Amino acid sequence: MVEHGDIRVVRRGGSKINFRQPVITNDSRLLLCASGHSVKVFSTSTEECVHELRGHTDLVTGVVVKPSNHLQAYSCSLDGTIRLWDFTDGILIKTYDIGYSIYSIHTSAFHKGVVFTVTSTISDKKSESFQLVAVHLPQSGDQLVKAPELSAVISDVSSNPGAIVFGRGGEYIASANGLHLEVFFFKKQKTYRFFLKKDTKTGGKNTFMCVAAHPKDDCIATGHEDGKIRLWRNFNHQKEYTYSTLHWHSNAVSSMCFTPEGTNLLSGGVESVLVQWRYNDVSQRDFLPRLGAAITHIAVSPDGALSCTSHSDNKITIIQGIKVSAVLQGLVTGESVETDLMVDPRSKALVLNGKPGHLQFYSLKRDKLLYNLDIVQQEYIHQLGLQQFKVVKVAFDASGNWMATVEERKQKDAEQELNLKLWAFDEQTQSFVLNTTVADPHESRITAMCFCQAAASQTTMLISASEDGHFKAWQLRRLAPGEDDGPSCLCDFVGAYRGLVPYCCCFSADGSLLAVSFQEVVTVWSPASWELLATLSQPPKAIRNLCFGRLSCSKYLLGTTDDHLLCCWNLLTCSLEWSTSMDISLLLGDPLTENIAAFCCHAGSTDLFVFKPSEPRPVFSLKAVCSGKVTHAVFAPREEMLESCEESSQWLNHSQLYFLTQCMDLMTFTTKAEEEKLMASSKQLLIDDSVAMTPFYLLLGKHRKGESGAAASGESAGRPPLPPLPQGSGAVKELLRTPAHVLPSTSFLCSMFVKSLLVSVGDASEESKPAEEEMKSEKEEEDSEGDMESSASRPERGSLARRSAEPAAPPLTKAQLRELRRVKKLDHSWLTGLLRS
Amino acid sequence: MGEFKVHRIRFFDYMPSAIRAMAFSTRTERLALARADGALEIFNFSDNYFQEKVLPGHDGRAVEALCWVGPRLFSAGLNGEITEYDLENLRPRYTVDAYGGPIWTIGVNSQGTLLAVGCEDGTVKMFEVLKERIQFQRNLDRQRGRIISLSWHPSGTLIAAGMMDMIRIFDAETGRATHRLVVDRGAGASKSKEVVVWSIAFLSDYTIISSDSAGKVQIWDGLNGTLIRTHLITKWDVLALSVSQDESSLVAGTSEGTVVQFQFLSSTVDRLDKDWVRTRTFKNHSHDVRALAHTETAVVSGGMDTQLVVRPLLDKVEKNTRESAIRKVSFPHRSLVCCAKKAGVLLFQFPDHLELWRLGESDGYGKPGGSLPVKRGPEKLIQLKRKGEDHICCSALSPCGGWLAYSTVTSFRLYRLLNGSISICKVSKLPKDLRPAHQLCFSTDSSKLFASSSNSSVVVVALNEPECKYLGTLKAKYGCRQPVHLLSASDNGKWLATANTDCEVHVYNLDKLKLHCTVPVYGSCPTAMAIHPTTSNLVVVHADQQIFEYSLVKKEYTEWSRRLQKQGLHSLWLERDTPITHVTFNPKNPAHIIVQDLFMFCIIDKSLPLPEAKNVLYNQMTLRSLPEPDRVLHSHGFKICKDFQHLLCVSLLEDHSLVVVERPLLDIVSQLPAPVRQKKFAT
Repeated sequence: MVEHGDIRVVRRGGSKINFRQPVITNDSRLLLCASGHSVKVFSTSTEECVHELRGHTDLVTGVVVKPSNHLQAYSCSLDGTIRLWDFTDGILIKTYDIGYSIYSIHTSAFHKGVVFTVTSTISDKKSESFQLVAVHLPQSGDQLVKAPELSAVISDVSSNPGAIVFGRGGEYIASANGLHLEVFFFKKQKTYRFFLKKDTKTGGKNTFMCVAAHPKDDCIATGHEDGKIRLWRNFNHQKEYTYSTLHWHSNAVSSMCFTPEGTNLLSGGVESVLVQWRYNDVSQRDFLPRLGAAITHIAVSPDGALSCTSHSDNKITIIQGIKVSAVLQGLVTGESVETDLMVDPRSKALVLNGKPGHLQFYSLKRDKLLYNLDIVQQEYIHQLGLQQFKVVKVAFDASGNWMATVEERKQKDAEQELNLKLWAFDEQTQSFVLNTTVADPHESRITAMCFCQAAASQTTMLISASEDGHFKAWQLRRLAPGEDDGPSCLCDFVGAYRGLVPYCCCFSADGSLLAVSFQEVVTVWSPASWELLATLSQPPKAIRNLCFGRLSCSKYLLGTTDDHLLCCWNLLTCSLEWSTSMDISLLLGDPLTENIAAFCCHAGSTDLFVFKPSEPRPVFSLKAVCSGKVTHAVFAPREEMLESCEESSQWLNHSQLYFLTQCMDLMTFTTKAEEEKLMASSKQLLIDDSVAMTPFYLLLGKHRKGESGAAASGESAGRPPLPPLPQGSGAVKELLRTPAHVLPSTSFLCSMFVKSLLVSVGDASEESKPAEEEMKSEKEEEDSEGDMESSASRPERGSLARRSAEPAAPPLTKAQLRELRRVKKLDHSWLTGLLRS
Repeated sequence: MGEFKVHRIRFFDYMPSAIRAMAFSTRTERLALARADGALEIFNFSDNYFQEKVLPGHDGRAVEALCWVGPRLFSAGLNGEITEYDLENLRPRYTVDAYGGPIWTIGVNSQGTLLAVGCEDGTVKMFEVLKERIQFQRNLDRQRGRIISLSWHPSGTLIAAGMMDMIRIFDAETGRATHRLVVDRGAGASKSKEVVVWSIAFLSDYTIISSDSAGKVQIWDGLNGTLIRTHLITKWDVLALSVSQDESSLVAGTSEGTVVQFQFLSSTVDRLDKDWVRTRTFKNHSHDVRALAHTETAVVSGGMDTQLVVRPLLDKVEKNTRESAIRKVSFPHRSLVCCAKKAGVLLFQFPDHLELWRLGESDGYGKPGGSLPVKRGPEKLIQLKRKGEDHICCSALSPCGGWLAYSTVTSFRLYRLLNGSISICKVSKLPKDLRPAHQLCFSTDSSKLFASSSNSSVVVVALNEPECKYLGTLKAKYGCRQPVHLLSASDNGKWLATANTDCEVHVYNLDKLKLHCTVPVYGSCPTAMAIHPTTSNLVVVHADQQIFEYSLVKKEYTEWSRRLQKQGLHSLWLERDTPITHVTFNPKNPAHIIVQDLFMFCIIDKSLPLPEAKNVLYNQMTLRSLPEPDRVLHSHGFKICKDFQHLLCVSLLEDHSLVVVERPLLDIVSQLPAPVRQKKFAT
């Protein structure tokens, strides 16, 4: 076997952003959310992903802002570490190694240096029980710290982070699990437990779903399975506790949150309506309906300006007041992906089922939803048991000019409704436009559909195979501008073989051959003449997958059968070249190389083999890629080729292999080199967003456009500043960076500032001028400082002393350094003056 | 257990009257309850919520408010009169006209010296409470609009009165109005309608709590006259308020049938300032909650749906005990059905008439559990309307079906039924000593009538065709003042047992017309009793579900009774929440006692072992499903049958068929007026 130590399975792109409650930073500008193996930092105003905090090696299970420093955040992961990040710059500050898988993290301002995590109980792993432990984070300068001090706080908690909450400044912690609520007071070290009956007589289900605590009052809100919200009070008495009940939700309350002032309570559930309850007058409610999908989490920013809701369709909605202000949409992978994974050849976007009746185009590189295409073009009605049109097949031709979709609806006691739709790419709108609808293209379900992948001239051929025993070839033709009418889609040929049902169809790379599998028989046709060229059969079981070899291996046709056989036929000799016995669930050819990927289901987990049909040895193999069966995967071509020389990772050079696991997580393979590259690039990125939107910012922004990368590299390298700068911008920068109390008088600054705005006539001597300019400005400043001293004389001493203590602070800009130098000079002269007198 | 032919009777269309007002006296732990027909009921909360006394209604008397002054009970109504009741003779003692139009509310100060009533003409009238009567003292400042509700400050210096659109605070000494608090009207269309302050409460910290027709419960500062908080709890009216004794909890009843609790809680653990917070909502009624009482451990509510609901506050009582169970009182705790055992005739008592029914007949034979073909259906023989304005207080039918007697507060009537009970004629010549009675009973051979009257005495009258003869008065020892509520004569005509609400049980020898013995007084009120026909043992069942058997011959408790007390009754038996209302015996098997409450009847077999406390108390249905050896193991002396629900009477006829009178609650609910419309989810 081939060595493969440096290839890992990772989540990259398209991972869930609704897995855990998102966190809004103190200034409400950024939103942090756990996403796969990393933490994503989004801008709340532009919806862009600002940073991706990478470092965890397993699923990230929680993010919280550090209570003592609101510019840092903790994240925890199943890999047993807590990491501290500077999320504005995207830098990993510290890693605390706990040693146990962490399921959620909680912090409070009341507890300094302690975080609370939920880990599974160590004693027995079979019965999944969890406990809340306090982790004392040791103070140390090291990057990687082991945190040995764990102390259990509450045993038997829920693994759902929404069921644990700190109340009123961290004085108590409330945890709900199953049918009991537990409140632990830290000061008194006392626990109170409250139990509810499982079901009430009127059919209420009392299971706790989520907990929220009022920030000022001793009041805990709990959400229940039957949609009730209970407000608990007086819970420092085992007996005289009391609660009131609010009921609006018809289904389980999945998340709740108090606003920071405690005036409102937000709750949400399957109804996809955000309900805002007034804390003081619960009969008054506000609603934000039609949020699209069930609400899974609710979070409110610390200043109360923003709130956000996570939804089950992998979406985060940012809400300002009671209006939606931004939507962060991730990749939607619902219960099933019927269309399979596809790659749009034009935009290189991943295409699959999205919202009901839609196709989503998801850019994996930017990890962003490009757009949703409404295929069904019918209103979707949210009702249980209602059968609606579903997009079940999609295919693209090689150039990305044509897309074919199949939608079907199977109603009870009614005939199947089928529609084949053909979409042409419209250059003007840069999207697909419906070209032709073929109602009932077949009499029964369509089992497979493929385009002829050859670079065709005028027409494109689409093959659709159906359970009615036929396959049809459709000729597509783009209408010339002159001719208006006349069909653009024609059924060219209807093929059948012995009344068997065709299940797979596949074109060869050059489009000269078409292979259609009729149960256990593979037929090879010539699309030009519609002649049955050959039949290949490997009894006794039906063919499951069919795939032509490419490039140097194009003479091979590969197929897998239901009885765990992988066969390779040589089309030149029409004979079986080789066959091997393995239970392959998915066979996939890389469109750019001759590699074939086979996902092989073995003992509950899936193994991956990558091989060339001509070679006996696999190029790459990886055992236990994931648990469960892999049925959806795709080769996505890379935009820029990887330069990997290692034999085992060469197959990843041209394209990347994505696959969906059984729990609908999108996974991919990555090499070590690639990872390092990514890490490096993320560390270099520095975005200065700290300037507010003012006229100054606009001015600065204009300047920055000019300097862009050069400025950054110049600063980091520490070279004398900026040769290609336009004149005066240095002065403006200095003006903005210097603290206000050490600036010279405004009258002086004004002229300098205005000068800087003038367009310089010629940048002839680029090398010399800036230096000169700097000299000049320095001199000028010296003058002005002299002026100031004469006017503002003595009492500056205090501030000077303070400033001289300051240099310990690390990030010194150029301007500050210069300032410092000057101050030192000044200080000295002033001292000597004093001595002299 | 034995097999019976059962007459299952569902044509007794008894309809309880709506609950209008309530007053709870913490001192005596008794709840007075007024119904829409003017009847008053007294419940003893310390004795298992037993309905001790019933004062029959009166046509002209619509009680709007009730008030305890010490042990005395006052009521005021829309007829403009204040009435004090004689609780020993179960009748009004006197009435005083307030001369202010209909009276909406009544309240007494905490000292119990002054009674204030709020009248339609806008006056609050003060009455001085004297020893024997009340006397008008003066009027407070007259206001425009009626006074709907009022409440005294515990110090007795201030009175808050709820009116239309406002609340007035009066100085009780000077009679001047000191504050005028304007209550907001409802939003929207009801803006033009006057808001009615239905109920008001004045707390000792000068907080005023009001509830009004706009669905609000408002909390006011009574010193400054400012509004503190408004809780909108319903879209309809909030009709009743009640505050607990320690002023830490408050309940409000709405037209939707909900009772909302507010609690006086501090917002955080260590702070002292407290706030009224809405906490629990109880929904036990389908209609308006008109009356509320907040006892120490429970919320008592009643309203249009005629049920009295005692909802214990779980934070105040031990969990999973008898106190923590919710109780609903839907039927009176005494029998309204009288069955003539020999004649097979039933007498149903309604407040304003009596009905006489003959049972149906069947000659078929069927399987156990099946129904028999009816040869002759039941037949309504007589409907007898009462005379006068007073409602019927008690009635009786002789076992032979030949005599019928009923009594109201003011009159007593005896009728002779002839020709198989089809024709009726009034017996006009009655002895003078036969005054209005509290309870009536015929002897088994229908030759004597026993009528209990004042001071626990019983008048015995011999019934003869032309004339009834007064035989004598049975008097208990001196000092018995409480009314007799149970009478039971033995089959052999030798004994008569009486029980009064002081828990005393006296047995008289009818031959000598003298007191034979007094059963040792037990602390709980007897709810049913009977004398065994052969052994002359008196079986008494008390409100706390205890059963005693007393031998009249030996004047001591029987062996079985001692054994029962020694071992104790099963906890499930003790936790039943309705009292036993009837005891009879099976003449075929002298060891059998048949007892009945609202939800079951039970044949107690004295020959079988008693149920062990630790074992499960199986009823017959589950026992039958057990395999044979287990059945023997689990069988016990208490054979409970729950096939019939809402039982008003179980009686054994001479021909060994069982008469079971049911009154399903659903029938009552279906006769109620439609409740207020409520938006229900998904409708």
